[in-house]
Amino acid sequence: MKFIYDLHQTMVSHNVILIYEGDFTHETTKSILTMAERNLESSGEESGIKKKIFNVMVEALQNIVKHSDEAKEGESVHHAAIFLIGHEQSQYSIMSGNPIRKENIPGLQKALERINSLDKDGLKELYKEIIKNSTLSEKGGAGLGFVDMARKSGEKLEWSFVEMDEELSFFCLKVNIARSKE
Amino acid sequence: MEILNLEGTEDTPKIIFDKSNGIFEISGRSLPEDSAEFYKPVLEWIANYAKEPNASTEFTFKLEYFNTSSSKLILDVLSALENIKGMKIEWYYHEEDEDMEEAGKEFSELVEIPFNYTTH
Repeated sequence: MKFIYDLHQTMVSHNVILIYEGDFTHETTKSILTMAERNLESSGEESGIKKKIFNVMVEALQNIVKHSDEAKEGESVHHAAIFLIGHEQSQYSIMSGNPIRKENIPGLQKALERINSLDKDGLKELYKEIIKNSTLSEKGGAGLGFVDMARKSGEKLEWSFVEMDEELSFFCLKVNIARSKE
Repeated sequence: MEILNLEGTEDTPKIIFDKSNGIFEISGRSLPEDSAEFYKPVLEWIANYAKEPNASTEFTFKLEYFNTSSSKLILDVLSALENIKGMKIEWYYHEEDEDMEEAGKEFSELVEIPFNYTTH
């Protein structure tokens, strides 16, 4: 059972304060949000920062739920994805990982690169353009969630794709939110 | 006209539309699983109201938080309000909430309706 200790050590060394692994539904999303909100309430963090964290969490979690069907049939129920919150001295990090079909990587990569190439005003324009022009039936909302996360974070998005098998890769995303300067 | 009264929940906003008392308010949180489904009756109510609106309408948004899929529906609500004569938007935001203030300003740039901003 040493893995329990190892897992604990990994969390401590990576400053992870919350971790959820498994199946993601709208219900689990709500539970995670409630739990994180309570933790933040007691942390004494500035309300603007708490709001940003909540905001990024919602988008990250709802993204996972929306794309949860990309896991393989039969495997999709368990171990579909992971969600983590990191808390370091200078920042919070909202992290997620979920399987995506390899053919969807280029589109996602392009959307994320575009977001990271834009400054604050550029992101604002992109956001307005997407809500004006996209319809809700478009799955993923043309990356609106990522644009919003980038805006709330105020920092560049970090991501990577880890190969799982011939069909799937694991999409890892990290969004940092700077803590208020005392 | 029938009153639309939806109790707020942890992921859906409170909504009161009451034509005879001149109350039109969306408040709280909006992060439903299916935004289009949630806002359907809201948009339908507004479409009916638009046929015979009051001489002037003050429409209040007092949102604490909304997700990106709700933002598209909020824009749909605003677009539906746009063609109603005498329409005015009251956009409330918490005084420390710059993002909500900014969100109101962005919506105001997307529709031709006067916005008034108030902190609470």
